[in-house]
Amino acid sequence: MTRPIAAMLAVLAIALPATAEDTPKSGGTLTYMIPADAPPSLDGHRETTFATVHSAAPFYSVLIRVDPNNPASTTDFVCDLCTAMPKPTDDGKTYTFKIRSGVKFHDGSPLTAADVAASWNAIIHPPEGVTSARESYFVMVDKVEAPDPSTVIFRLKFATNAFMPALADPFAWIYKKEILDKDPHWYEKNILGSGPFKFAGLEIGQSMKGVRNPDYYIEGLPYLDGFTGIYAEKQAVRVEAIRADRAAMEFRGMPPASRDQLVKELGDKIPVQESDWNCVNLVTPNHKKKPFDDVRVRRALTLAIDNWRGAPALAKIANVHTVGGIVFPGSPLAATKEELQAIAGFWPDIDKSRAEAKRLLKEAGAEGLKFELMNRNVDQPYKYVATWLIDEWSKIGLHVTQRVLPTGPFFEGLRNDNFDVTIDFNCQAVVNPLLDVGKFLPHSVYTENYGNYDDQKEIDLYQQMLHETDFTKQRALMREFEKYVLDNEAHMFMTPWWYRIIPYRSYVKGWKISPSHYLNQDLATVWLDK
Amino acid sequence: MTIAAPDSRAIPAILDDVPEIRRSILRRAWIFCRRQPLGTFGMVIVVIIAIAGLSADWIAPYSPTANDFAAMTEAPSWAHWLGTDQFGRDQLSRIIYGARTALIVGFSCAIIASVAGLVLGVGSAYFGGRLDLYLQGVLDVVMAFPLIIMALAVVAIFGTGVHNVIVAITIPLIPRCARVVRSSALSIREVPYIDAARACGFGHARIILRHMVPNVMAPFLILLTAFVGQAILAEASLSYLGLGVQEPVPAWGLMLQGGAEEYASTAPWIAVFPGLAIALTVFGFSLFGDALRDALDPKLRDR
Repeated sequence: MTRPIAAMLAVLAIALPATAEDTPKSGGTLTYMIPADAPPSLDGHRETTFATVHSAAPFYSVLIRVDPNNPASTTDFVCDLCTAMPKPTDDGKTYTFKIRSGVKFHDGSPLTAADVAASWNAIIHPPEGVTSARESYFVMVDKVEAPDPSTVIFRLKFATNAFMPALADPFAWIYKKEILDKDPHWYEKNILGSGPFKFAGLEIGQSMKGVRNPDYYIEGLPYLDGFTGIYAEKQAVRVEAIRADRAAMEFRGMPPASRDQLVKELGDKIPVQESDWNCVNLVTPNHKKKPFDDVRVRRALTLAIDNWRGAPALAKIANVHTVGGIVFPGSPLAATKEELQAIAGFWPDIDKSRAEAKRLLKEAGAEGLKFELMNRNVDQPYKYVATWLIDEWSKIGLHVTQRVLPTGPFFEGLRNDNFDVTIDFNCQAVVNPLLDVGKFLPHSVYTENYGNYDDQKEIDLYQQMLHETDFTKQRALMREFEKYVLDNEAHMFMTPWWYRIIPYRSYVKGWKISPSHYLNQDLATVWLDK
Repeated sequence: MTIAAPDSRAIPAILDDVPEIRRSILRRAWIFCRRQPLGTFGMVIVVIIAIAGLSADWIAPYSPTANDFAAMTEAPSWAHWLGTDQFGRDQLSRIIYGARTALIVGFSCAIIASVAGLVLGVGSAYFGGRLDLYLQGVLDVVMAFPLIIMALAVVAIFGTGVHNVIVAITIPLIPRCARVVRSSALSIREVPYIDAARACGFGHARIILRHMVPNVMAPFLILLTAFVGQAILAEASLSYLGLGVQEPVPAWGLMLQGGAEEYASTAPWIAVFPGLAIALTVFGFSLFGDALRDALDPKLRDR
């Protein structure tokens, strides 16, 4: 186990208030805040936002998932609908899952392997006109079959250790085949799952309600009678709701100041769980626009940023914490501090780094460059990070203004190439570096990349890494890929990785923090000690 | 019969030494100050804010945008008289520079909206007929929306930033000015000297510019000063909602937005001082505008 993971788990161990003598109690309704006005749709296969997961995950089952008792693990996967974790056969290219018997959808119809295979086929090979946000995660999958009602087989094109973590995706909800066949868009506006809670009502912009599923296939679960998720975009509203005990918690994450305020006012009634977060803001220059087509200018932008001093300072005011490269810090594939310090943007001597940045700008004829930074209208941590970046760039003589857009126009701006430089993000669920770094690949390969560049050398490096199963060689390839992306070409560059802070009412038990706000949200194991 | 100027006795002797024209201006100013103490107080606030905004480069003790991680959320002290914000930026410097943003937005919006309103109001009243009918219809539609709602809609279309905020606030102010100016201009249109000017064969432009516009100057100037305060308040509101000027530009509403929610209990000075700056400035313009109205309104002048 690497030192950062050990440190992270130590933090968790300290933070978790649960003890062995805590015996779960049944009953009660959990009220929590959802930091959004509404989910864009209710279809997990289509969406990438927490607003959908926090609203609808309790209604659905998945094939496998991260162990809810150990959600910080990057390797500890357990069955949800399957009966046992399979051993791969055919040189790692075939995975056969046996499906639980007696599982029912909330309408009373039985759930079979055909439903599981149909759902996975919709995710991996979506039909024409249907969006699957995670299609590119499954480039290794050839086909998914259901030879009988209790067996699902995944056949891969090539063996890769990125497959199992990808399969534990928390958005990969199992839908009813009959409905998918009739209308693949049905789940965008409707809910019918087999999860621990049944849908009880949705008031747009107000709340999502669920009640206990008495036919849930895991005996004794869920503990709660029901849940209510209240939508509130404004952070002040959410903090007030928790302070006044109108809600017990929120699951995305709060800034340090809100945590401190709640703890100061409510003392031991507010325990806090904290974790490194598999989310990071990236800076993406638009390679189509001059002078950002010039690698010297892009390198100057990254060389101006002092991540080592910025991260600890920003950590006091924003949801960011850890300096890292393209791989989630703490993962075995992540760069060490020494490895990072050899990459532009992480040099230990910031004066030398900025002197080089100024030299590059002069050489490129871009001294005193003025440009606009596009950003998303989200305080934490987007706007905090941007304010810091603009000040860092001013230290090499750049004049940067900021254009802040609501989420819709922001994504429109990204897709229409209507920006000079933008703040972007890479948020993933299960820590799976081989797929997580797909964000850095050109748009032709990874549709959510907005840098407007093509780079065959980068794609080749990535493919080599994805097909490599020897860890040491894979790690060496990851370093080469990282150096190439962040330094040689400076296609995109890093800001400090996010940090998840969850203050919650002490009567909430059975929920454990993970490095992703998408994970561990079915609420089956949550109970109320009151 | 001799008519003594009622306040001439109170004019300081020092005025005896200045030329006649300047004496006249200073005398009027002195009379204004004597008769309108609250308006004078408002004017003093406006002048102080204006001086702060214009000389920010020289009087601000720190850069308004430089982060200082060693001084984050520091309480007011000798080093930072009004404390620092969450990025360690000096609050006093940001408020001084924020005055510049407020005045740029305030005066730009007020001048553009007032002049546009003057042109539309006088033109509409003078020409009358269908032009007046259609123009008033359009202005009615625009006026149906509250200022901040209209400004929000405009920002949603054009985006954020100082220039777009000026556009967003100016558009809803135009019909307010046009409506008031039109009502004054309508009565002026009917007076004999306008008929006489027409009879003399003067062109429309001459009649409007030489005979109508000077006679609607009083309501125009009053609206102008009122608009400055309104525009500053609207800019602060838009920035507070995250739709106005953007970081790191120092602006009072933006300072409130950044600090008010998260640091209300742990570092209240982050919200209190920019809030005070907004309140004082709007108060100042409001008092000054009221006093100006009283001074320029012939019905109120001798009360």
